[in-house]
Amino acid sequence: MSSVATTSGRPAIIAGRGGMLGAISDFLWRNPRLFLVLMLLPPLLWLGVIYIGSLIALLLQSFFSIDEYSGLINREFTLKTYAELLQPSNLDIIIRTVVMAAAVTVGSAIVAFPIAYYAARYARGRWKALFYLGIMLPLWSSYLVKIYAWKLILAKEGILNWFFAKIGATWIIDAWLALPVVGGNSLSISATGTFIVFVYVWLPFMILPIQAALERVPGSLVEASADLGASPAQTFRNVLFPLALPGIVAGSIFTFSLTLGDYIIPQIIGTSRLFIGQAVYAHQGTAGNIPLAAAFTVVPIVVMGLYLWFAKRMGAFDAL
Amino acid sequence: MTPAVSFQKVSRHFGSVRAVDAVDLDIAQGEFFAMLGPSGSGKTTCLRLIAGFEQPTSGEISIFGESAGGVPPYRRNVNTVFQDYALFPHLNVLDNVAYGLMVKGVAREERSRAAEEALSLVALPGYGGRKPGQLSGGQRQRVALARALVNRPKVLLLDEPLGALDLKLREQMQEELKSLQKQLGITFVFVTHDQGEALSMADRVAVFNDGRIMQVGTPQEIYGKPATRFVADFVGSSNVLPPDFVQRYAGQKRWGSLRPEVIRVATDATGDGVRGKVVALNYLGAATRITVDADGQRINAVVASGGKLPSPGDDVTLTFNRDAVHLMEGEA
Repeated sequence: MSSVATTSGRPAIIAGRGGMLGAISDFLWRNPRLFLVLMLLPPLLWLGVIYIGSLIALLLQSFFSIDEYSGLINREFTLKTYAELLQPSNLDIIIRTVVMAAAVTVGSAIVAFPIAYYAARYARGRWKALFYLGIMLPLWSSYLVKIYAWKLILAKEGILNWFFAKIGATWIIDAWLALPVVGGNSLSISATGTFIVFVYVWLPFMILPIQAALERVPGSLVEASADLGASPAQTFRNVLFPLALPGIVAGSIFTFSLTLGDYIIPQIIGTSRLFIGQAVYAHQGTAGNIPLAAAFTVVPIVVMGLYLWFAKRMGAFDAL
Repeated sequence: MTPAVSFQKVSRHFGSVRAVDAVDLDIAQGEFFAMLGPSGSGKTTCLRLIAGFEQPTSGEISIFGESAGGVPPYRRNVNTVFQDYALFPHLNVLDNVAYGLMVKGVAREERSRAAEEALSLVALPGYGGRKPGQLSGGQRQRVALARALVNRPKVLLLDEPLGALDLKLREQMQEELKSLQKQLGITFVFVTHDQGEALSMADRVAVFNDGRIMQVGTPQEIYGKPATRFVADFVGSSNVLPPDFVQRYAGQKRWGSLRPEVIRVATDATGDGVRGKVVALNYLGAATRITVDADGQRINAVVASGGKLPSPGDDVTLTFNRDAVHLMEGEA
């Protein structure tokens, strides 16, 4: 021990302290729980009080009712507003929205999977950067600009009709538009048009989670499946799809809930029939029927809850 | 007899990299064949060429006499045990093992029975209900083996299957693999970078370097009569002797190799033999390796630890039989 000597005469293991900031960091290091509380407090206040709090305040309104003659809100607990929700005209809105959201979700998953698969398994370096840019770029431009662009593309005089006319396939569009429910006078004022634009707008939210899920599937699993005699279709069904399912479910939470709540796309592109978002907008704005608007807001929350419960029961999160 | 696997002038290039370069190779039916080499030597690419994950850039591969050109992996009667085992994490052990039968359309009951049988073969009966994540490394290894064997492959490919196991388990698995291969009579092609593993398990060994095969032979041939300096150096730590040295002590001006355990070390620096100075001693347990510097030529000798040993710095005389110096035919 005698051969080891420090010049300052004190043990070298404890380095000098860094003033008040040093004392604070030492104190927090010794009290990790306090540190955690300090880190989480601001976001929890923001989310918990301001956001969730106002949401609960809104939901409470759904248990009030509106006086049909005076238009005043009667602040007494009642389920009358929910009964109103189940009237055929309102139920119609709910069913239309949920069916559209489900169709958009399935449509985006089908379009997104090959793109995500390519990005996860083949794209490297520059191509990967290009992939992220391609996915993100549409998110950088205004949502309204994109929707109006689609209105022009889908219009009767738009580029899509022009292209189909050029290749002599106008009859395909005409035949499709002649169908009930999905058809209409032109694509831009049909449910099909609404569907196409929803799929386009929410696609990045589906691609990215699927890509993240596929990224975690080792290439050797796909090779092992082929090695054991599975054709590419069997490998997709038995290995890739089940392992990508958590990503698909994560993506579908976005596409499903965003479609359930959107009120701008169906207003600009599609028929004049209302979606939930439009109904909420109309009832809380011009009609001043806050209780019914609040009750409509509860619907997507309940639907999403049921959806997640069902997805969990089906084992969608088992591979997580 | 038709070879189980045959390579004719097979090359696989990745851009400018020649991963496999004009390889000729015949693997006999029922043989335990090891591909030995350092990482990047092309041995794993050769295995992937047999499995069908890679296609040769040029040359021809045939499996049991049938050309494998353009045949996808799922149409080859060849199964692989992957280095990382590649067990399907969302399926339990039984479904993993039965996977190959499931995709071939074998009925559930029959494939469960076959999978149970395969699991008993690898000493894991009753583990069918667990998920791969609940198993230890050694158990996963056995499941991967059972999953491949349940398909009754004509050739079983093993890609460094023991690399991730600890020493004790590795030795145990080496023995089990060897006896399993004898019992089933399936051709095993085993890729490894561990020369001890290759020598102790294989009937024949191919030593790879830079995408080429340096030598093919029985473990005795590879160890005792290395064809090139690389083989002598990579397999079994032989002393590689330059032509001048060999001419002085064994008569011919050729590259030679000398196994360290045939060298005798005398502590008195008199009499005939190679004079040198001890540089280092490495205690290996039963034996001790003595590194000697003889006029700039490093020579390793391995002697029993029990006797009288020299110390670093001592002058010693090394003696060996002339015949013990092996002349390498692969070197000019």
